[in-house]
Amino acid sequence: MTLTQPSLTAVESAPSRANAAGRRLRNRLGATGLVALCWIALMIGCAALAPVIAPHDPNAQDLLHVYAAPGGDHLLGTDGTGRDILSRLIWGARTSLVGPALVVLLSLVVGLPLALAAAWRGGWLDAVVGRFLDIVFSLPAILVAVLAVAVFRPGPAPAILALAVAYLPYVARVARSAALRQRAMPYVAALTVQGHGGVAICARHLLPNITPVVGAQIPIAFANALMDLAALSFLGLAVQSPQADWGVLVNDAQAVLQGHSSQVVYAGVLIIATVVALMLIGDRLGGDIRRRRVRRAPQPTGRTP
Amino acid sequence: MMRFLAGRLTGLFITLSVSSFVVFGALYLAPGSPESVLLGNSTPTPERRAAIREQYGLDDPFMARYLHWLGDILHGDLGTSFVGNQPVSGRIGAVFDTTLYLVGVTAVLIAAIGLGLGLLAALRPGRIDALVSTVTAVVAGVPAFVAASVGISVFAVRLDWFPAYGAGGEGFLGRLHGMVLPALSLALIASALLARVTRAAVRAELDKEYTQTARARGIPGRLIVVRHVLPNAAPPIVTVGGLLVAALFAGTVVVENAFGLPGMGSLLIGSVNQKDFPTVQAVTLLMVTAFVLANLVVDITQQLLDPRLRQGGTA
Repeated sequence: MTLTQPSLTAVESAPSRANAAGRRLRNRLGATGLVALCWIALMIGCAALAPVIAPHDPNAQDLLHVYAAPGGDHLLGTDGTGRDILSRLIWGARTSLVGPALVVLLSLVVGLPLALAAAWRGGWLDAVVGRFLDIVFSLPAILVAVLAVAVFRPGPAPAILALAVAYLPYVARVARSAALRQRAMPYVAALTVQGHGGVAICARHLLPNITPVVGAQIPIAFANALMDLAALSFLGLAVQSPQADWGVLVNDAQAVLQGHSSQVVYAGVLIIATVVALMLIGDRLGGDIRRRRVRRAPQPTGRTP
Repeated sequence: MMRFLAGRLTGLFITLSVSSFVVFGALYLAPGSPESVLLGNSTPTPERRAAIREQYGLDDPFMARYLHWLGDILHGDLGTSFVGNQPVSGRIGAVFDTTLYLVGVTAVLIAAIGLGLGLLAALRPGRIDALVSTVTAVVAGVPAFVAASVGISVFAVRLDWFPAYGAGGEGFLGRLHGMVLPALSLALIASALLARVTRAAVRAELDKEYTQTARARGIPGRLIVVRHVLPNAAPPIVTVGGLLVAALFAGTVVVENAFGLPGMGSLLIGSVNQKDFPTVQAVTLLMVTAFVLANLVVDITQQLLDPRLRQGGTA
């Protein structure tokens, strides 16, 4: 709550405000959180610059150099058809990160307005939205995606859409309860009395004020979406095989059974590291909010023996 | 308690109705006519097409079809699979026990590892606690399919301790042998989450004043933990543990396919690939039902464990 009330604070120049925001972020993340953030930035960099930094064409086969050992021309070796593993991992970052990003983005775009409208209007709308979110929450995301793939076709688009629906409650429930708390605050009543409309108050005041709470959910939802989408690709239901994707790369049973597990291990490590980093960031962002609330509560000074 | 039960049962009813409606209606979202989805890849003769329309009552109104389908399911008729034209219930019956077995073994592992590590971390502050916290933070990010693939390559291919594929040997022990790797892969994330919750819950009770009082009165530490701390810390642990076990039904899909275990999850993905829509519908509905029912059991257990919730009566 102390984070975003820019309208009430004294005039601040833009760069100093940006610096302050950066410092706050650093304080909230801590040292390990910053390392996690750097890892995520590195992965995003790999995804964005894949055509530039990948040493080889990810789909170019070289049947004379099958299962090449790491080193030399192929830093991490080659797979069963002589494709460069490093290049496939780098290109795989694209599908592996863009998919979950779309899932989270879609569920935010639908979920936030839904949550704000429910919290603002209350009454039957809130009851219906709440019940709807409960029902969606009780459907396992993987099953929703499998059903969607069965109806349409295996591929990233149906899987991403289905997961976005299944992930609605993750964001919307948190946003709704945070918005309900804000709605009860005196400043909202004051704005209403001044004649501000509901939509304007929601967009200009409620939304910024619930951002810290919802923001902490985003990395966690992203991590879960990454795991679910990679699992679906592993099952052959989302990203399809010749295309490089971390989930697809883990599914190389043939190589594993022949004792060539390096590609599986590399892709697995990338998934695990990215998921752990995201969860750590989410934990730090959310944990700080919790700690602050505790600190602000009236507490007896000193320990009673 | 009665009011709570009535409320939860209504919720259960609504959730199951909506999910059955979604599972049924999904067929009509598909591009193309429903019978072309039902017929799969084959190009049918006009007679076959008419027979399908007749068999599934596709000329009836939508709601009538839905209620008919639902009625059949409630009578135990899950439809007819396109694979060999067998009843879906028979196909599910043949693989059902593998999934239950997998979920059972995994639940035992989650309880043992999660509670064990959580208690260890809570009761041994300092280095052990820090170590457990770091390990659980990392393990919480290890998806089951990654654990499965790496597990196969290390413990099945390199070391040859466990079978890489299939349901394992004969008898209870033989099956258990085949279940070790799948259950471990499936248990990793849940164990880590349960360990963190256990640690937090037990630590919170240990910090309370009644524990200090008991300690000041000279009651042995072990007795305090067993008699006072654990019962008070139990509700959140049981709730989270139950929810994690409930989620296993969906988790089996990935693990069964990774290990080639002939269970519901393999049946589901196989049916998706064969475009066997009646089987997909039935398995999905069963898994959702199992998940929702398990959640209800968790809710009720929570009420029974925590008298404060019962008195409140606000459920």
